[in-house]
Amino acid sequence: MTLFDSELAAGADPVLAPGEEPVPAAGTDPVPSRRGGAWRRLRADRSALAALVLVGLLVLVALAAPLLTALEGQDATTFHSQLLDSARGGVPHGAFGGIGADHWLGVEPGTGRDVFARIVYGARVSLGVALAATALELVVGIAIGLAAGLGGPRVDAVAGRVIEIAIAFPSLLLALALLAIVPQSVPRPVLVALAITAVNWGNVARVTRAQAMSLRTRDYVDAARLAGVGPVRIALREILPGLTTPLMVLAALKVPSNIVSEAGLSFLGAGVRPPTPSWGQMLSTSTTWFQTDPAYVIVPGGLLLVTLLAFSLFADGVRRALDPRSTRV
Amino acid sequence: MIWFLVRRLLATVAVLLVMSAIVYGLFYLMPGDPAVLACGKRCGPDQLVVTRHKLGLDQAVYLQYWHFLQGVVVGRDYSSGPDVNHCAAPCLGYSFQSDQPVTNLLLDRLPVSASLTLGALVLALVLGVGAGLLSALRRGTFVERLLTGVTLLGFSTPVFLIGLILLLVFCAWLKVLPFPSYVPLTENPAEWARNLVLPWCALALIEAALFARVARAGTLETLAEDHIRTFRAYGVPERQVVRRHALRGALAPVATITAVELATIIVSAMLTESMFGLPGIGKLAVEASTSVDLPVITGVTLLAGTAVVLANAVADLLHAAIDPRVKLA
Amino acid sequence: MTPVSEAPMTPVGEAATAPVLSVRDLRVRFGDREAVGGVSFDLEPGRALGVVGESGSGKSSLALALSRLHTGADVTGEVRVDGTDVLAASDAELRRLRGGRIAMVFQDPLSSLDPYLRVGDQIAEVYRVHTGATRRAAAAKAVEVLDRVGIPDASRRARAHPHEFSGGMVQRALIAMALALEPRVLVADEPTTALDVTVQARLLTLLDELREETGMALLLVSHDFGVVAETADDILVMRAGKTVEHGPVETVLRTPSAAYTRELLEAVPRLDTPRPAVVTSRTPPPEQADSPQESLLRISGLRREFRLGPPLRRRVVPAVDGVSLEVAPGEVLGVVGESGSGKTTLARLIVRLLAPSAGTIEFAGRDVTRLPARELRPLRRDLQMVFQDPLASLNPRRTVGDSIADPLRVLGEPDAERRARDLMDRVGLDPDRYGAYPHEFSGGQRQRVGIARALAPDPRLLVCDEPVTSLDVSTQAQILALLAELRAERDLALLFVSHDLAVVRQVSDRVAVMRAGRVVTLGDVDTVYDQPEDPYTRALLAAVPKLAALTPAT
Repeated sequence: MTLFDSELAAGADPVLAPGEEPVPAAGTDPVPSRRGGAWRRLRADRSALAALVLVGLLVLVALAAPLLTALEGQDATTFHSQLLDSARGGVPHGAFGGIGADHWLGVEPGTGRDVFARIVYGARVSLGVALAATALELVVGIAIGLAAGLGGPRVDAVAGRVIEIAIAFPSLLLALALLAIVPQSVPRPVLVALAITAVNWGNVARVTRAQAMSLRTRDYVDAARLAGVGPVRIALREILPGLTTPLMVLAALKVPSNIVSEAGLSFLGAGVRPPTPSWGQMLSTSTTWFQTDPAYVIVPGGLLLVTLLAFSLFADGVRRALDPRSTRV
Repeated sequence: MIWFLVRRLLATVAVLLVMSAIVYGLFYLMPGDPAVLACGKRCGPDQLVVTRHKLGLDQAVYLQYWHFLQGVVVGRDYSSGPDVNHCAAPCLGYSFQSDQPVTNLLLDRLPVSASLTLGALVLALVLGVGAGLLSALRRGTFVERLLTGVTLLGFSTPVFLIGLILLLVFCAWLKVLPFPSYVPLTENPAEWARNLVLPWCALALIEAALFARVARAGTLETLAEDHIRTFRAYGVPERQVVRRHALRGALAPVATITAVELATIIVSAMLTESMFGLPGIGKLAVEASTSVDLPVITGVTLLAGTAVVLANAVADLLHAAIDPRVKLA
Repeated sequence: MTPVSEAPMTPVGEAATAPVLSVRDLRVRFGDREAVGGVSFDLEPGRALGVVGESGSGKSSLALALSRLHTGADVTGEVRVDGTDVLAASDAELRRLRGGRIAMVFQDPLSSLDPYLRVGDQIAEVYRVHTGATRRAAAAKAVEVLDRVGIPDASRRARAHPHEFSGGMVQRALIAMALALEPRVLVADEPTTALDVTVQARLLTLLDELREETGMALLLVSHDFGVVAETADDILVMRAGKTVEHGPVETVLRTPSAAYTRELLEAVPRLDTPRPAVVTSRTPPPEQADSPQESLLRISGLRREFRLGPPLRRRVVPAVDGVSLEVAPGEVLGVVGESGSGKTTLARLIVRLLAPSAGTIEFAGRDVTRLPARELRPLRRDLQMVFQDPLASLNPRRTVGDSIADPLRVLGEPDAERRARDLMDRVGLDPDRYGAYPHEFSGGQRQRVGIARALAPDPRLLVCDEPVTSLDVSTQAQILALLAELRAERDLALLFVSHDLAVVRQVSDRVAVMRAGRVVTLGDVDTVYDQPEDPYTRALLAAVPKLAALTPAT
């Protein structure tokens, strides 16, 4: 894997057992992805495994949110003004934002809502929106990307341009604009997921298109055409399997980036709205309190950071497992 | 070369036309009446009709779009009641909420956004490319692992979280830097820089992580190429091999990625401005989306789109300047 | 296994000179795999040693180890260049040795120079590193050596970038880089493998001249016996990292002592011997078939253009420029040409993977030139193709069995899997490996899969596009034998495209020589090869390294 390993070491004809035949220069042909091999590599990757455990834990927390708050005996929406120091402008009484047996992670400055409850319910929003948006982006992106990549030059002239423009748009800005004008009757998290999808499907489509175009010119696709296989079967059987590796990597990377998008939108006040809790929203509030109540920055911020790290590390592990030759970090 | 510029210019205009049409179309396809939004809460039916007429919303959509395009090229007049407001040549619309042409609003805010983005970009390039090169050339050492970790952290942290942490540390605890407020460069360069240090750092750290990845991957790939082996085989010292033969190949992708990522950088800048309360274009966009000031949103989106498209053309020129194999055509 | 002489070989009729390169028990290990397992030899000034072996024999690892260029390997033994032990040298010493005493030329010319810098500057840079010359002097030296290696208009060419050079010119530039430093030994690792045969011939001549002129020794690594036979004084045959045979060229080629060398030599296709008669069981040899026979494939005036460059300045480049050919049932037509001659385009046009710009293709009496894709499908049954790169032509994510069964399933064959297994058996593959993936096979086996797939619909014409080019010589012989058998057994016509004149002679009844999109010669294979009339064909044949000149026909 390192640069100086035999595999890359300058033109040596190594790695072959004596008497074995050459592996002809494979060009850009990807290493055949054996799912088994990928799993083995992923399982052997300690940081990816740790990340996976963390991700699992977070998902569990989000799923068990009502249970956890019941255990704490609090809810996410009740105001506790008696816990706030009105002399200091509404900062919670006690050290570290009022952390204690009643309120495990303290209370919100200004409102006195329970931070733990808001965080576990916020996890539902963050992860739910991010996962839903990722799934939708994949569907939209693969459909448009395949159309552009396999539909011939005329389809590509249109679809390819649309993809380019979709990527050139500053996504969050457009999502912001979209969320400003959509009807308020639809549940906000759904709208946020849709807005994120609307502005972020571009790179899924770009990857799909590029990969499909490159696979389309492979000899084995020509061989299938010569065998008389029809275009639809070629797309499904010869080309789609070759897309799974890059798309799986992209999907894994998309989840953390969509968590960031949701947090960003909520941070800007365009995402999920109170009383529904969201991590980005909490961080947004904390900008006005960071000098008097630093705990309110550290708790949701730290959690968001850990979540993102876990997802990113896992995505990195997926990439390393599926594409062991890649030299990226 | 000239041919390239002409083609690029035409393509840019085409992309911008499509972009503006999409933005325009989006806002009109959306349910919800912009006039109602613009008119405000206490708006009677009569006022609504007036507002609608003022905004030109009683015309057919294509006419409105045509007037908009006319405004961009030759300017146009907006009448709000008896008085007529002229909106000069690159007229991106008229904000009735602030009673100013959008172009003026954007120009007022441009120095702030430019200071922030360009400063951060320079910082990010220096930090990112440096870190990327270092981690590629020190493979397998502690330095590499440290940089990989930091890069991953920077890669997965949203800019507002980094901003909050910086604020917490440098403003609240160490008290070495002021809470940023914009001081024009022309007024007091020292204060300009001092106030921008934190926003620069926040934005730069995010982008630096990306540049570090790209620079590292580029360096590793280049070092594995055959021509590097040639110079090693001819006794050229390793330092010279890296400096003369690996660096260019390693840095060529950074130029491209900077342009491609400009959309992301703009989004991050927007978040940074909101985070630190800097009165830039990003903050303008956020404010406009909160108050549903459609002309401003449209204007900002188009400005950002233009920047991205132009940056891509510049990147192509740069790429051709670096790599003699690339022909501008 | 023949005893390998440990003592320096003293060339007959020459005074013993101190060897300039002396290798003792050289071993290169990658992890627990030994790529080179104890090789020893000496090379005297002005002499040339050819190292021959198939891929995986360790010959390239050996070449790299001579300049200590391995970075992930464990290299032991002794390599003395001009008396200095390379493996024990300090970094500074090693830098002086590399290029200064022992220089290298690599296989892939297009990637072996820095694409970003001018060719002259790269030579000057290396020259300055070793001599400390001024910029001006180094630049002048670069032009001088480029001129010496036969780069026309050297002072202008020195300012060009590598991508503006052809493959042969880059190899010359690399030799010029070496020449500037006046090394004692030049190690050339497959220097002509990527080049056309006429370019190869000129490059080998250049190496001969330089050796004579400067007295440098040459170590030539190659898979090609012909190349080595033309250039080297001595031959060292390698297999699995070990020396199989080492001796003067004439001895090794005429009276090889090792069985492996004999096998290899026998597998090499010969240019000047008619192809071995294939034992045909059912069909009479095509020569005896009546000439007014209905032709299976008839193409006339076939043309295919490619549009290159930006719109407005778009140039139309014909890749195939008015080709007319016929293939009779059961006949093998060889199509031979250098790179860029249009032979691959022609092959793809015939199977309609590309649409022709002009001309007609008639198959079995039916004009199929403009048939739409749907109507073309029944035709696929009779017209199949074997691709050059067996790995690239098999979907890495599907089992080889599925790939072979595909055409059968399309034809509605109910028992596709069983027939696919039969085919695997027929081409010499274990039918139990139906469920294996392409990467689990060797190159030759993959090509057998490709052939089985092409045979599945029971075609009448098989278009083979460089089917053995990426294979070792012994594997190549096996695949050619298989094709010959199948052809006889199934009355299969072949259109056999190759750059290798010897291979084409071995398999073809008639041959078409292509150049720049046109057929310059078309005729009976023995006539074309033995009495070529066309000057280009003559030049092409003359450029092929002659191996048989040294070896008596076996």
